[in-house]
Amino acid sequence: MTEPGEPSIGGTDEGRGGGAGGGGGGGYDATFRVWRGDASGGGLQTFTVPVNEGEVVLDVIHRLQATQAGDLAVRWNCKAGKCGSCSAEVNGRPRLMCLTRMSTFAEDETVTVTPLRTFPVIRDLVTDVSYNYEKAARIPAFSPRPRDPDGNHRMQQVDVDRPQEFRKCIECWLCQDTCHVIRDHEENQAAFAGPRFLIRLAELDMHPLDVVDRRDAAQEEFGLGYCNITKCCSEVCPEGIHLTDNGIIPLKERVVDRRYDPLTWLGSRIRRRPRD
Amino acid sequence: MTTTAARGAGATSPGRGGGPTPRRAAIAARTLRTDRWWLQPLLTVLVLVAFVAYSSFRAFQDAHYFSEPYVSPFYSPCLTTACEGDTFPELFTGPTWISPAIYILVFPLGIRLTCYYYRKAYYRSFWLSPPACAVAEPHRRYTGETRFPLVGQNLHRYFLYAALVINVVLFYDVVLAFRDETGEWGHMGLGTVVLLVNAVLLFLYSLSCHSCRHIVGGRLNSFSKAPLRYRAWTAVSRLNARHMQYAWASLASVALADLYVFLLATGTISDPRFF
Amino acid sequence: MELERHGYDVVVVGAGGAGLRAAIAAHEAGARTAVVCKSLLGKAHTVMAEGGIAAAMGNAYPEDDWRVHFRDTMRGGKMLNHWRMAQLHAQEAPDRVRELEDWGALFDRTPDGLISQRDFGGHRYARLAHVGDRTGLELIRTLQQRTVALGVDVYMECTVTRLLTDPEGITGAFGYWRESGRFVAWEAPSVVLATGGIGKAYKVTSNSWEYTGDGHSLALAAGAGLVNMEFVQFHPTGMVWPPSVRGILVTESVRGDGGVLRNSAGNRFMFDYIPDFFRKETAETEDEADRWYADKRNNRRPPELLPRDEVARAINSEVKAGRGSPHGGVFLDIASRRPADYVRRRLPSMYHQFKELADVDITAEAMEVGPTCHYVMGGVEVDPDTAAASVPGLFAAGEVAGGMHGSNRLGGNSLSDLLVFGRRAGAAAAEHAGKRAGAVALAEEALAEAARAALAPFEREGGENPYAVQSELQQTMHDLVGIIRTAPEMERALERIAALRERVAALSVEGHRQYNPGWHLALDLPHLLAVSECIARAALAREESRGGHTRDDFPAADPEWGRTNLVCGQAPDGTVTLARQPLPQMPPELAEVFEEQP
Repeated sequence: MTEPGEPSIGGTDEGRGGGAGGGGGGGYDATFRVWRGDASGGGLQTFTVPVNEGEVVLDVIHRLQATQAGDLAVRWNCKAGKCGSCSAEVNGRPRLMCLTRMSTFAEDETVTVTPLRTFPVIRDLVTDVSYNYEKAARIPAFSPRPRDPDGNHRMQQVDVDRPQEFRKCIECWLCQDTCHVIRDHEENQAAFAGPRFLIRLAELDMHPLDVVDRRDAAQEEFGLGYCNITKCCSEVCPEGIHLTDNGIIPLKERVVDRRYDPLTWLGSRIRRRPRD
Repeated sequence: MTTTAARGAGATSPGRGGGPTPRRAAIAARTLRTDRWWLQPLLTVLVLVAFVAYSSFRAFQDAHYFSEPYVSPFYSPCLTTACEGDTFPELFTGPTWISPAIYILVFPLGIRLTCYYYRKAYYRSFWLSPPACAVAEPHRRYTGETRFPLVGQNLHRYFLYAALVINVVLFYDVVLAFRDETGEWGHMGLGTVVLLVNAVLLFLYSLSCHSCRHIVGGRLNSFSKAPLRYRAWTAVSRLNARHMQYAWASLASVALADLYVFLLATGTISDPRFF
Repeated sequence: MELERHGYDVVVVGAGGAGLRAAIAAHEAGARTAVVCKSLLGKAHTVMAEGGIAAAMGNAYPEDDWRVHFRDTMRGGKMLNHWRMAQLHAQEAPDRVRELEDWGALFDRTPDGLISQRDFGGHRYARLAHVGDRTGLELIRTLQQRTVALGVDVYMECTVTRLLTDPEGITGAFGYWRESGRFVAWEAPSVVLATGGIGKAYKVTSNSWEYTGDGHSLALAAGAGLVNMEFVQFHPTGMVWPPSVRGILVTESVRGDGGVLRNSAGNRFMFDYIPDFFRKETAETEDEADRWYADKRNNRRPPELLPRDEVARAINSEVKAGRGSPHGGVFLDIASRRPADYVRRRLPSMYHQFKELADVDITAEAMEVGPTCHYVMGGVEVDPDTAAASVPGLFAAGEVAGGMHGSNRLGGNSLSDLLVFGRRAGAAAAEHAGKRAGAVALAEEALAEAARAALAPFEREGGENPYAVQSELQQTMHDLVGIIRTAPEMERALERIAALRERVAALSVEGHRQYNPGWHLALDLPHLLAVSECIARAALAREESRGGHTRDDFPAADPEWGRTNLVCGQAPDGTVTLARQPLPQMPPELAEVFEEQP
């Protein structure tokens, strides 16, 4: 359909129209250091790679793949910050590569891309994140109260606002990666489920329909007490979820209600009221 | 011929067996961060050390904490007969070698030690656990707040209750500060303003606390059934978003309020009088 | 040969909405069930869906019911939908949505505490159950958590390359672990395809790398037919700048919430493109269109909210006429029409997306948008009630299945489609497996052949790089079988596809089998070529314009073609065949629905 010289739909080729976006033409050669290797070893490999205006780190990694390192392993899907696949560490900080714009680096700055440090490496930038799926499988499932007689569940928006924040989670595992409890202490992985699953527990505990009490499990099985609320999970969350303030701390307080607050404990004994 | 996968755990990737043992990527550097990640913990240490040094000195000094009609927040409410001034009923006689500030400071110290914000601040800056995000911590073992003594952090809400009582007392001190040095009402000086600002900031610090947010409404699952508590929770949540700012502001204000009284009591300055 | 083997009753290929819903249904019917997916669990393209799930629950408008939804769906599809699928879909969608709530989904609420429903293009009443603009994420997370709670086995990052059959039907599937490159085979009497679409055949697409038409091609190879393949939906508003995000979707809600399309002269050009078919229900003046947002009962809809095919064609024409934006799109402007606060509140994901990906503040400046390949209406020809393909034991649900959406899909009907037919496919697959339990075996020769074919790219040396071939195919489809089509161009496309097939047969890849993306792409390319050829052949044959198929040389709809389906098949020698088939006719009592005046 498109003949030369004819305007094409969304078909501007890379580089064409440079300058229109105000980037002064855009293209330059960047220095990238990418970790390559597998479980048996590896190291940072240096590349010089062209960068165009408006690109993100993932674009550059893809360019390496297509032109210089056809077998460079990288995980990605939507490239729009919605699926949480392309997690890696860029200049030492856990990031989604598709949301890390090249314009945040100086042109002469070396960009270092490494795999998530907390998880075993499979190859290059791809890590084995099965830890997360194993923890997910152990979360006591959602159990709703019965529906209303007309077949509907009724909840007000103010009741669902709080758990909805946690359901924004795209499971990119950046919070799990940055959490020092398991990042710096692999041995804690058995006892600690990580921020992602602590907010999952918080979400279920705050869910207006759910009838299961997960507070003891949160403390004993999922290691809520390991969290020292240093908030790195909140800092790295690409969805801007306030994991610590809105999830983990409220969950800690709920556990205090159950286990460490003699007054509420006594009150619940005497009155035998169901929670809430 | 066919093996049926006997997992049933779901959501796992079977078939990994036989490969190399899972191991993290070999990266020697403690962190690859290129920014000044050490700046924030360093500042925290400097400010907290300065505050602790100053407040300890003042708490043990047992002097210059009262200058009619102002009492230093470090020494209020003054419960022992050893106190100067007459701001509060004296309840008991303690040993003279214990400064009356000690009975009081235990509570503000408690709420700040167990505060969800300060925990972050000192775990990061003093304990280096972790010093900054994605920077390795130096400890070989880590158990967090799972065992004694740190499991005691869960008592935060009791310190909150105590702090709220102290907040009331500090407002009482502000009211008394509307007298002049002879006890006549209708006076106001810079010291009154200093005490008022301090009382307000400390109150905001208490109100914005995470435990407070939980107690006023956070523990409910159906806000719509408790509209008043929902409104309270919404208000506290808004304050809670600034808990860190209130924490530092009130830390500064309490030290400055004490310093102001100290300067008055030692006669270094005199209180500007508005009316 | 080193081969990991497993036995199941039902193997579901794909872990998006349809696949997970099918797995849940199969598991609940007592079948031993496995899900095999190319990505990690929870990353499937369903997460990208923004608008909502169309279901006539009547929460917003009590007068809504399944008949109205059925009618909207058929009209949107220009009456080429399989009537029975559209009927089942409209009837069952409300229950499928309510069920999600029992599994933990948290939809936005009405003031009465019911599931809130929003307006969308082509739907007569507000009927999209939604969660802000991230409904797809909610859907997939809910189904994922349910799947995990039930203990269904999930084979993540594992690609199926072959379906295995015997003369009685399906016997299982063969594939490889992406991570290790090792082979794996599942013996199973039922396979449910839920692999999604074919977007990666096009250069500008909202689809992720996974959308390589695997299911379409696997079904074709196993002997099933593909129906309606000429109908490809181009979403009118994809991002066009910067190049790295070209194609990423800009949700229809931007227009639903007040955004308008303008050309480089600043004109709202959509008023020039209102087709007669929709003239009665579309505003004629900007004033009337602007009043609609506040008073929907007494004003007609703005033309920006015409069905997707109409808007996409209009944008295409404006750009071709030289009235496009600097980067080859048009302007989508909400900044000058709504306060910044409103935009941030109503469209948080869009605000975020443009800010993070393009450094554009949509509350301050207009977006540049253009059509992007979004969805293929065509797919495996299935029985509406069971989702069964013509090959016994093979089932298909979701985007990979054809017929449901006719020539054009309405927004919101995709998520409900996944749920309704995912469940039906899973249940039917379990039932079929019960009948063939213990009677299937994998043929060793076929397994060996599948392994040989998969390893072939490593054996060859000096061949081409698969990335180069893929980008040529994408350019070909974009230029020659895109939004507006002509016979000579499509003939040229078919020639190029034939040439690309030869080049694919000679590809070689570097490195080894462990997590090697070049190799993975080399194995996906034959699928892409197969679906591309189906699209081009069917599009060349259909000499009319209808829905997602527009012919410059046949610009009008033809009633004769309106009663005809095109079905692609595969001849024994691997070539694509094309057959005409009469469109199934709906019973008179359903046809009455269309006689009522809207």
